[in-house]
Amino acid sequence: MTERTHLTLKADLAGTGYVADDSIAMALHLAMTLGRPLLLEGPAGVGKTEIAKALADASAIRLIRLQCYEGLDASHAIYEWNYQRQLLAIRASEATGGTDEAHLFTDAYLLKRPLLEAISQPEPCVLLIDEIDRADEEFEAYLLEILSDFQITIPELGTIAAVSRPTVVLTSNATRDLSDALRRRCLYAYVDYPDADTELAILNARMPGIEARLARQIVTVVQEIRREDLEKVPGTAEMLDWAAALSGLGVNDLAQDAEMLQATLVCLLKTAADRDAVPTSVMDRIVGKVA
Amino acid sequence: MGVTPFPARADGIADRMAGFIAHLRMNGIALGPQETGDALAALSQVNATDPAEARLALRALLVPDADAWRGFDDLFDAYWFNAGKQKQGRTTSPHVRVQSTRPMLWQPHPGDDDAGDGEEGFGDDERHVHADDGEGDAEGTDGRLIATRTDALTRRDLRELMDEDTLRRAEAIATRIARAIRDRRSRRRKQALRDGMLDMRRIQRASLARGGEPIDLYRKARPPRPMRIVALCDVSGSMSVYARVFLAFLKGLIGADMSADAYLFHTRLMRVTDALRDHDSLRAAARLSLMAEGFGGGTDISGSLTAFLNGYGARALNGRTVVVILSDGYCTQSPEALAHALTRMRRKARRIVWLNPLKGWKDYAPVAAAIQAALPHLDAHLPANTLAALAALEDEFGQL
Repeated sequence: MTERTHLTLKADLAGTGYVADDSIAMALHLAMTLGRPLLLEGPAGVGKTEIAKALADASAIRLIRLQCYEGLDASHAIYEWNYQRQLLAIRASEATGGTDEAHLFTDAYLLKRPLLEAISQPEPCVLLIDEIDRADEEFEAYLLEILSDFQITIPELGTIAAVSRPTVVLTSNATRDLSDALRRRCLYAYVDYPDADTELAILNARMPGIEARLARQIVTVVQEIRREDLEKVPGTAEMLDWAAALSGLGVNDLAQDAEMLQATLVCLLKTAADRDAVPTSVMDRIVGKVA
Repeated sequence: MGVTPFPARADGIADRMAGFIAHLRMNGIALGPQETGDALAALSQVNATDPAEARLALRALLVPDADAWRGFDDLFDAYWFNAGKQKQGRTTSPHVRVQSTRPMLWQPHPGDDDAGDGEEGFGDDERHVHADDGEGDAEGTDGRLIATRTDALTRRDLRELMDEDTLRRAEAIATRIARAIRDRRSRRRKQALRDGMLDMRRIQRASLARGGEPIDLYRKARPPRPMRIVALCDVSGSMSVYARVFLAFLKGLIGADMSADAYLFHTRLMRVTDALRDHDSLRAAARLSLMAEGFGGGTDISGSLTAFLNGYGARALNGRTVVVILSDGYCTQSPEALAHALTRMRRKARRIVWLNPLKGWKDYAPVAAAIQAALPHLDAHLPANTLAALAALEDEFGQL
C-alpha cells in the first residue's frame, strides 16, 4: 500500500465525484491519521455533509450518520433498552417456570443508536454528526466524553470501549456558538463558497455530460448572484440543482430565453425577498456579462 | 519567500513550535502546551519540509473558529517567514496584533475630548453642531439642529449623570432589566429530570411496555426559555452626551447574561461584547469611551443595521431575541432604508425596542423622518433620558 498523503486522499475523493480543496483534504487526512474528530463549519449548501459521504465512499467504509436536532437525547443518539423484547422474554420464562432475569440486560436486548453503533463496528467507519449546533448544549457535553475516549458507559452493562475508532466528522451551520471544549478537541476546517474554477470542476464532476459553454455560464452567473445583497446566498447544492433544471429543460445558452431563465431561478433564490432582489433587469445585466 | 533560520537560542523545531503557539495565543487563539505536542505530531504525518503542507496541517489543527481561520495565514507568515525575526523578537507584520499595540479605534481621538465633562455654554453646543455637520448631506437636518439646541436644556442633569456613582446605578438598573427580560419560562411543560409534576400520560404510555407497571416515573416542568438581548447603541455626535451612561447601561445588560451581545454604531458597526465583559469595570469603561469617541460624527442607522443583519445578525438573532436599539433616531440615510432594515430585523428577532433619550423631553414628538419610518416596526419606543426613566423600563420590559 502506498503511503497516504492529503494529495492521494484528494485524488480518492475526486474519484467519488467530490472536488475537495487542499485545506479540506489536509484536514481529513489529519483527522484520519491523528484520530481526532473534524469540525466543519460554513454556510449552508457548500457540501459539508457531502465531505463525510465522499470520505466513506473513497475509503469504501461504512457511513453512520447522526442527525442532530433540538431535544436530541441519549436514547436516540447512543442506546436504548428494548423493553418490549425484555417483557416478552419475562413472560416466556414465566410460562416455562424460569426465574432467571440476569440475561435481560445483555447485548441481545440493547438497541444500538448511531454513536454506540459507530464505536462497536469491527471495521473503522465514518461517523457523521450532522448539524451539531442544533443539538442542546447538554448533548454537546455528553459528546465530549465519547469523542475524547471513544467509550460509552451503560450503567447495567459497564463501560463499552471502542472496537474500532471511527473517523468522526461534525458539521455546523453556526446557528449558535459551540463550546470551546468541543472546538479544542476537534480539528477545524471552514468550508466557504467555492471560487469559480473549483465550482466549475464540481459541476463537471457531478454532471459530466454538461456542455462546456453552459457550464461556464452557469458558474459565472451563480458567482455573480452571490455578490448581490441576498438573505439566503445560493450554495453549491443550489447551483447543481439549477444546472440540472436547465439541462432538463434543454437550455443550451442562458441568453437565449430570458423568461425560462427567470422561471428556473426558483432553484437558486429561496425567499420572496431574494426573488425581488434579483429582478429581470439585474438578471439581464448578469447574463449579459457572460453571453 | 525566504525561510528564516532558527534563532540561535532556539532549541530545534520543538522550541520553535512552542514559540509559534505562544505567538498564536498572543493573537487571541486560546492554545496551550498540549497543542504544541499535537502540532509536532501533525507535522510528522505530512511532508513538513513543504511550507504549504505545513501551513494546511497547522491550520486544520490549531484554528478553533471561522475568524481565526481567515486570520491564520497572516499569523503563519508573520512567524515563520518574517525576515529579520532574529533581531526584532516577536514583532510581526502590520496585520498582526502584538500586546503592546492597540487598534486605532482605541486610541483617543485627537480633537475630541471627553464628552462627559460638560463644558460651559456655547462651546459645547458648537462642538455638537460641528460634529453633525461633518457628515454634511443630511436629511432631517432640522431635526438634528433641534437636538443640538436642546442639549443645553438637559446638560445639567446629564452632567450629574457622569459621576462614578450614577454610572454604577445605570449599570445596576440595566442588570435588573436584563434579568427581567431573560427570565422566561415556556408555557408548555416538557419532560424534566427533577421538579415539576408527574407526567401521567407518559408514565402510562411507558408502563405498557412493562406490562402496565408504572416503573419509570416521568416528570414534566416548564423549561426556562431565556430571552437573549442584543443591544445596538448609537454613539454618534448627537448622542455623545449620553455615551457614558449608555455604555454603563450596555455593560449592565451584557454582564447579566453570558449570551447577550452588544454593538456600537455610528457610521460603522462594531461589536463590543468582549470589551464590555472586561472584569475590570473601570478599564472596560475607559476602553469603551475611547472606542465611542473614536467614532464621532454623523449617524448611519440604516446602514449599520443592515451591516449587522448581513454579518453578525445571522447568528445573533433568533426567535428568542430582544433587540434593544439606543438611539435618538437622527439618521443621515433615507427613512425607507431604515424601515427596510427594521422589516428584515423584525422577521428574525422576537421583539425590537427603541430607547430614545429624546422621548423623555417635554413636548417631544417623533418628527424626525427616520423615527417616523421606524415606529411601525417597533414593539416599543421608550424614553431613556434620565436614570428614573431607565429604571421605569424594567416594568415595560417585563411585559414584552
